[in-house]
Parts: sequence; structure tokens; C-alpha cells
Amino acid sequence: MTKVEAIIQNSRLEAVKSALQEVGVEGMTVIEVRGHGRQKGHTEVYRGREYSIDLIPKTKLELVLADSLVDKAVQAILSAARTGKIGDGKIFLSRIDEAIRIRNDERGEGAL
Amino acid sequence: MSNRKRRISLALIVLFVLAFAQSLCAQAASVASAPTPANDTSARLAKLEQQAADAKSSADNAWMLTSSALVLMMTGPGLALFYGGLVRKKNVLGTMMQSFALMAIVTVLWALCSFSFSFSSGTGFIGGFHHLFLHAVGAAPDPDYAATIPLQTFMVYQLMFAIITPGLIAGAFAERMKFSAMVVFMIIWSFIVYDPMAHMVWGKGGLLNAALGGRFPTLDFAGGTVVHITSGVSALVCALYLGKRLGYPKEPMPPHSVVLSFIGACLLWVGWFGFNAGSALAAGSLATSAFVATHFAAASAAIGWAAAEWIRNGKPSVLGGISGAVAGLVAITPAAGFVDPMSALLIGLIAGVFCYWMVATVKARFGYDDSLDAFGVHGAGGTLGAILTGVFASSTVNPIFKDAAGNTLPSGLIQGNAHQLLNQLVGVAIAWGLAIVGTLLILKLVDLTIGLRVSDEEEIQGLDLSQHGEEGYYWEASA
Repeated sequence: MTKVEAIIQNSRLEAVKSALQEVGVEGMTVIEVRGHGRQKGHTEVYRGREYSIDLIPKTKLELVLADSLVDKAVQAILSAARTGKIGDGKIFLSRIDEAIRIRNDERGEGAL
Repeated sequence: MSNRKRRISLALIVLFVLAFAQSLCAQAASVASAPTPANDTSARLAKLEQQAADAKSSADNAWMLTSSALVLMMTGPGLALFYGGLVRKKNVLGTMMQSFALMAIVTVLWALCSFSFSFSSGTGFIGGFHHLFLHAVGAAPDPDYAATIPLQTFMVYQLMFAIITPGLIAGAFAERMKFSAMVVFMIIWSFIVYDPMAHMVWGKGGLLNAALGGRFPTLDFAGGTVVHITSGVSALVCALYLGKRLGYPKEPMPPHSVVLSFIGACLLWVGWFGFNAGSALAAGSLATSAFVATHFAAASAAIGWAAAEWIRNGKPSVLGGISGAVAGLVAITPAAGFVDPMSALLIGLIAGVFCYWMVATVKARFGYDDSLDAFGVHGAGGTLGAILTGVFASSTVNPIFKDAAGNTLPSGLIQGNAHQLLNQLVGVAIAWGLAIVGTLLILKLVDLTIGLRVSDEEEIQGLDLSQHGEEGYYWEASA
């Protein structure tokens, strides 16, 4: 099992969601986050005082997938989330040791 | 079955009501047709005059009660939302509570003694004890103030001004003053700054009263000196005395919700019609003139501030627009009943640009933490407005000065009355002086007894939790 963590532009969430559904991904967790990579923030001015906002709102998706599905899912995210500009985000993959369904204590890939 | 019963009882009720109404009509008709005691013309004329006076009184009273409600709306929710949106999330309730608490506290003080200290006859500087506990404040008008409305209406209208004035100061010590200290400060401030200033400008025998023969007749239609200079200058003193918020100016402290501030500012704009047009104390053409001047100044000031920002930063901000509108409303307050619409547009435009400069440039240069710009908008805008009133006041709009023969005299500088500018400056100087000395004394007193500022931990935690034990936005509430 593999965990896919993808940090994407807020505006790409709907496209990524439907692309993932098309390749057969059945569940995901979505979190609103703030952060920055190489993208610079922006400046806000309130009554003449400037505030530089460098932590930008982003969306983070977390999916745990059967290994057979990982490549297709990553491809789906790449094509749906890419705008070609700095700030498109990143994808991280990591191994998952175990998955447990709380409802019936089912274990392994069947619990996903 | 029960349906039928219900129908029968309904019919009975209708019959009963009809019968009752008919008997009332018959009674009224018998009153109307009763022979009048005297048929001579003079008695009928007197009756007619009385009825005309009653009708005028009712019309004026309706407007003044509406205005009173509008001015209260400026404090809550207007000012509470405007200031509440400008602070950080953790201080939103503490800031709103400062406005709300004054709605309660100042009202009680006003009933017990503040109205008397402000508006009963006394010395040139402060009123006397005649109206203590609202003694002799009832349905009868006081012709010195407003001949057509009950003195009680005048009293409650003026109360709304006494509420919002200290509320404005709260913008300077936002996010760092103890609630208990704020309560004590505001009570004493009402007595030693507001009441004397209101008496001097508006009270019988007041030193600066233009309508009732003061020594230095200062034109202040709706409270440029009494409300905005006193509160704005006191705000500056508070900001300097209390010192900066922890982390200012290094830490970013942007407004947590410009949306709340926007709603608050628009409520202030609408409420200001009660504040300024209501200050005509009648529903006649002077109220219209003040209403129009108020609206025009707010509009041009909003444009002035936003345009200045647009030129300097490349973008006109929402906060800039609404701050500009408030600045224009402040500046037109003393002038509202004395200037024509074109002067109002000009006063607003100057105020919008001037207050933006005060807030964006002057404050940054001197480094004081007037957190929500109570001084930059109310102190600076109020002072500017008081001076410009002396420039633009027109006897065509409001013939306030008359010679012994009853001829109208020129009002402001543009009409050739340069001396008025001097009187305006005297009014401004007295308001500044009283605000500085009074506020410093109170701050010292409260500081030495119960302390002014919350502890550092409490300030970091926020006023909502540390002062009131609650949170404005409780996100973790379970479903």
C-alpha cells in the first residue's frame, strides 16, 4: 500500500477529484493548508501598512492506495493539477504498513 | 362538530367587536357635535393654533425619536462591527464589548447626573444640578434647546451622543486594555471631559455656545469638537500612555475581517443621518440641508481616500473606501447645518485625503500604536472639520449670527467673517486641551489604582478569553 500526498492549487481540486474518480480511486481526504515552496507570496496593504503574505492557501489530498493503482493515480493528479506556473505543488509517495477499517476490523488492502 | 362550534364563537367575537366599535364611534360623534363653549373667532383661532403647534411638535418628535435610534445604531452594531473587524480574531468580542458596555453604562450615568451636568444652567464650563435624576425632564419642551419637542426627547437624543463619543476612544487602546480599567476610565472620562465640553458648546450659558450667546461662539453643528476632537485626541493620549501592543509593529496585525468592518462602516454612514440631520432638532429644511451635506461629504471622502491609495499603492482597497467615508462623516459633522452641498463635497474630499495621509504616513513616522486609527480619523478629521466649518459656513444655509436689529451677519471666512476662524480655533484649542489634560489625569489615576493593561500572557491569549471567558468564533463546536 502507498500513501499519496498531493499539495495542489485550490482552484484545481475539482479537476483532480474527477480525474482520480475516473481512474478508480474510491476515497480521499482533503485538507485546507497554508504553505509555500519556491512561489513567492503577495503583499496586502491595510491603511498604509504593508503585510507580506508568504504562506499561501493550498489544498492537500491524502490517499492510501493499493500499489496497482498508484501510477494511474499519480498520472491523473499530474495532468489535472498542472497549470505550468510556479506554485502548482508537489506529490509525495510513502509506504504504508497497515490499514484497518474501524467498522469491522478488516485489515490490509481490503480495508482501503 | 368542533369546526362548527369554532365558527359560531368566531362570529360572536366579530359581532362583539363591531358593537364595541360602533359605540366608540357614537361616543366620538357626540364629543365632536358637543357645542363649543364660545363661538367667537378668537377662541377658534387659538384652538387652531394649538392644533398646528401640536402637529408640528408631533412631526419634529417623530424625526427626533428616529434620529435617536439611528445614533444608537451607530454604536451598536455600527462601531462595534467596524472596530470588531479591524482587530485580530482573539479580540473581536472584547472590542465589541467595549462599545456595548458604554451603551449600558453611559445611559445610567446620563439618567442619574450627566444630562444635568451637560445641559442644565450652570457656569460657562459645566452645567448645574437642576436636572439631577432627570428632574423636570418631561413632556414640556425647553425652548432654549428645542421648542417643539419634549425635553425628554432632547435628553434621550443627546444621550446617544454621550454613548458613542467614549466608544470612539476604544479604537486607540484596542487589544490591550483591561475591561475593568476601561469601565472606570470611561465613567470618569464622561464626567470630566464629555459633560463639560458638551455644556460649553451646546449647553445654556456655555462658553463656546454659538446659539445661546457664548463668549467665543464656535460653530459646531453636530459635535465636531464635542464628539470627535475630544474622543480622537483622548485616543492619541491613550495610545501614547499605554504603549504599543506586544509585537507591534514587527508582527503582522491585519484586520481579521474587513467584511465585518464594511458592514459596520455602512451602518455608521446611515446612522450619521440621525447624528447630523437630527442635530437640527426639528424635521424642517435645516435637517434636509444637514442630511444632504452629510451624505455628499461621505461620498467625496470615500473617493478621496481610495483615490489617494490607488495612486500610492496601485490599488483602491475596500478598507480605504470605508475609512474615507467615515473620515468625511467626521469632518462634515461640525459643518453639516452650516454649509451648502458643494462645500460639503469639498470638505469631504479634503478630509478623505488628509486622514489617509495622517494614518498611512504620519502615524508610521511617529510610531505610536493608535491601533484602529481613532486619532487619525476622529482627532485629525474632527480638527480639520472644525476649522473648515469656519471657512465654509454660509448664512444663506443657516443664518445663525444676527445683529441687534435682527439682520443676518456673515457666518464664515468665505463670506467675509474672518473672525469666525479665530473662534473655531479657540473651540478646537479648548477641546484639545481638555481632552489631553483630562485623559492624562484619568489614565494616571486608573494606572496607579487598578492598572490599565492586561498582563502579557492575557494579551497573547486575547481579550475574549482573558477578559470575558468566551470566544467570538468557536469552531470546535461538535455537530
